Amino acid sequence: MKAFLMYKDQDFNLEQRLPPNENALIQDLELNTLFNAMACGDRFMFDVVKKAVLGSIHDLDTIRYRQDILRDCLKNPSIIRDIYAIPITALENKKKQWLGLGIFSSFPSAILNESLKMMEMFVDLLKKLRSIADENSHNFESEGFKTFFAMIIRELNDEYFLEIQNHLKELKFRDGVMISAGLGKGNEGSDYVLRKPKNRKRNWVKEIFSQDHPVYTFSISERDEYGARALSELKDRGINLVANALAQSADHIDNFFKMLRIELAFYIGCINLYEQLAQLGEAISFPLPVASNERRHSFIGLYDVCLALTMKQNIVGNEVNADHKDLVMITGANQGGKSTFLRSIGLAQLMMQCGMFVPAENFVANLCSGLFSHYKRKEDPTMKSGKFDEELSRMSSIVDYITPNSMILFNESFAATNEREGSEIARQITNALLEKRIKVFYVTHMYELAHSFYERNMENAIFLRAERKTGGRRTFKLFEGEPMQTSYGEDVYNTVFRTLPTHSLVSI
Amino acid sequence: MMTFQSILFDSNNHHLIDETVEAPVFFNDLNLDQVINAITSGKQDYKLEPFFYDPLHDVETIQYRHEIMQDLENESLMEKIQYFAEKMVIMRRYLALIEKLDFKYHREGWFLEAAGAYSEAVVGLVQGLNHANLRSRGFLALREYMNHYANSDGFTLLLADTKNLQAALSTVKYCVIIKNRTVRVRRYDEEIDYSKEVEKTFEKFKQGAVKDYRARLAIGAGMNHVEAQILDCVARLYPDMFASLDHFCVQHSHFIDEIIRVFDREIQFYVAYLEYITKIKQAGLEFCYPQIATVDKEIYDYEGFDIALATRRISENLPVVCNDFFLKDKERIFVVSGPNQGGKTTFARTFGQLHYLASLGCPVPGKQARLFLGDRIFSHFEKEENIKNLRGKLQDDLIRIYDILERATPNSIIIMNEIFTSTALKDAVFLSKKIIERIIELDLLCVFVTFIDELSSLCEKTVSMVSTVVPENPAVRTYKIVRKSADGLAYAISIAEKYRLTYYQLKGRISP
Repeated sequence: MKAFLMYKDQDFNLEQRLPPNENALIQDLELNTLFNAMACGDRFMFDVVKKAVLGSIHDLDTIRYRQDILRDCLKNPSIIRDIYAIPITALENKKKQWLGLGIFSSFPSAILNESLKMMEMFVDLLKKLRSIADENSHNFESEGFKTFFAMIIRELNDEYFLEIQNHLKELKFRDGVMISAGLGKGNEGSDYVLRKPKNRKRNWVKEIFSQDHPVYTFSISERDEYGARALSELKDRGINLVANALAQSADHIDNFFKMLRIELAFYIGCINLYEQLAQLGEAISFPLPVASNERRHSFIGLYDVCLALTMKQNIVGNEVNADHKDLVMITGANQGGKSTFLRSIGLAQLMMQCGMFVPAENFVANLCSGLFSHYKRKEDPTMKSGKFDEELSRMSSIVDYITPNSMILFNESFAATNEREGSEIARQITNALLEKRIKVFYVTHMYELAHSFYERNMENAIFLRAERKTGGRRTFKLFEGEPMQTSYGEDVYNTVFRTLPTHSLVSI
Repeated sequence: MMTFQSILFDSNNHHLIDETVEAPVFFNDLNLDQVINAITSGKQDYKLEPFFYDPLHDVETIQYRHEIMQDLENESLMEKIQYFAEKMVIMRRYLALIEKLDFKYHREGWFLEAAGAYSEAVVGLVQGLNHANLRSRGFLALREYMNHYANSDGFTLLLADTKNLQAALSTVKYCVIIKNRTVRVRRYDEEIDYSKEVEKTFEKFKQGAVKDYRARLAIGAGMNHVEAQILDCVARLYPDMFASLDHFCVQHSHFIDEIIRVFDREIQFYVAYLEYITKIKQAGLEFCYPQIATVDKEIYDYEGFDIALATRRISENLPVVCNDFFLKDKERIFVVSGPNQGGKTTFARTFGQLHYLASLGCPVPGKQARLFLGDRIFSHFEKEENIKNLRGKLQDDLIRIYDILERATPNSIIIMNEIFTSTALKDAVFLSKKIIERIIELDLLCVFVTFIDELSSLCEKTVSMVSTVVPENPAVRTYKIVRKSADGLAYAISIAEKYRLTYYQLKGRISP
């Protein structure tokens, strides 16, 4: 029995290795803001959404599979939360009764006893899951949930619950324990196997006397403590496997609940985010993903979800049509929304590739086989090499992993040297990446770099500019436009310095 | 017909190992103690140390051992020998176990197992030897001996009896029914495996691997009186079988052959050494069978290394630096100087180790080697400095050096490492010169590590070797010891090239 709510035919692997650029993406796209909003303070959920968002999937079917499930979730949030409560209850009961350690004994008889108790607890929860399925399955339309509920109703039927009850009764061994064995090395008993007599109806302890086989009997005297212990050890050998089988079954059910918890945690996270964005009045939509070898990127109202969450307000979205483009070069005014735009591109890509909705009214993009970000960094005091060295070394490790049909976001990269050298290196790198079919988003104030690409009149390049209204007020909206020579740094300077009272300037 | 005596000594030059011997005094200085400890560790039961403490003095026996080592480098023969050794270990363990057991059928059961292990050891060894393409005199003689033994009446009977009895006992299957304090024993009658049934019920929940809850119930050498009583009941269920077992134990009470017992220990000298160097070889280092010089002193070793240091470096995944040396004509003495921490001591140790290992008849580090079989190796490494008593220390050192020079002959080898470092320079130069003059006079092979440059060009017998550094950055050692220092080349490339980020480099790096 598998939940299969993340993939049609496999478990979600919480232990999966995240891509090597995980930390760069978290930092550059401010992903923790997104994860926190989704997790609402739940550390476990944080971990799950982090793995889900960063562990991009690369097939369209799985993305659509999750999108459909998520649509069901957004429609039935309270039922989803009811189901989610079941594994949580299992977890809490385990914490209470078993200190969260599970079955922890080295004696088979104790293991068997504990397993019996735990199994009884699980059976109650399974029954609860069954009744939710009975009552609500008709409200769900996605393939994932339909299959899930059908499985619950089919596998956890009344007959099956009866079978379990019978075992739980039998395993208390009221009639004694029967064990078969052979002779191992040194004539020591071996291969102990717990046996169930062939005919259950008669009392088999008596029955064996009636057969032709000889039977030899001995007893341990009341005072023989050592003998009694030896006898119970022998019994332990006999029930070792069945204790193991029951304990492992309890673990498997536990794991079923754990997996259910993990997979639902992702969707609960999505519901949480949805509710918060709805409160801010922000639109969301389910993106239309296309294959990674196509080149699509067109959207309406794409906003930076992290900025919206941080500012707690509605954010201006961008509308761009970059279909059939491999290079998107963004220039223009400082604080004109270039970084925000770049981040919104990265965030939307990750959200789309884990099956989530995206922060846009409308969004179409091709999948990418890997998302990479290369942002300029503040000087690191522990770093021995210079800043430019550091940038190049970071780029080099990206190149170690990047493959065709990947997407890379450059933010003011390679500007830690003079503009001529920086542009030349950036040009070489960008050219090579484009030829390897890697989609490049490049935010830069290096005019020489942007201009040189612009002059080439490439069909597969688009140039966006941060808008600047007269009077220096920015709209934080980008529009298509030729790179221009200044970055309006003066404006920013003026804004900053004007807002500060003069005496504080002195004290700085 | 060759008569097989020992795998360590050819029968003409047979001598008994002195089992009480201690490690030679230079072991510590040359780090050979580490090497031999590593070689013998895990094989303590064989007490192999005496074999490694006893260098050979005749080329003939060295040759005898080389042949055996070379045969053993054939993996399939080695596997057979390992198999034989494992079975013999098991046999001994079982026999030792019996001494501690209380119940008759329990003891007899283990005795049968011991005989079984021994039979398998012998049969496996004979097979292995017969299939191997043997060249060594030692193994050929052993093969003849083993075939003779395996076909003897005593062994063929042991083999047959063991097999029959083991086969019979393995068919025993019984049921034990425990209720409260009463135990019933009877034959097994096709009852259902209940654990499987329970497992089947819960099968649908199976997801991935879970914890193994099977208790580690003391398996093996143990039987309490309850189990013994059960076994007695089983014996009554199968009376004929247990009567045969009684008979077997009386008839085959002494089943081990003495020559085989000795071989089992002695062959481990080779096995242990080869196992040890295999790990080093896997790191890409080479070993070779040295030619042995006994009269002239033209020696060489190419791509040699300190075997103790190599072991440590390999375990830490660090590279190992190899060094070459040769002496020809009248050359006798390597005077090693140059920057500290540059591998001078390592070179000295390597030289000593190579000669000692060669004298055991073992392959030595290097691609190709010719080494001298001397009468003794002497080493003098400065002891930990003791500031309080410099004069006393100098005196001690001189006494030890005097002692060495007194006992050394032209056939000895001396390793002198950094002597007189804490003595006044004038004294150090004076004393060192005196000592090296003595050594020159003795015409023996020597490595003389010193900080005093002028010793390196005293006469035609000395060869100057220098530890080297990277020329552009003298702080970086190469750990190469060369006959003269060599110049390196600095290089400067553009910063992007350094990170392999130029257009052309990138095109090559991103695939496809």
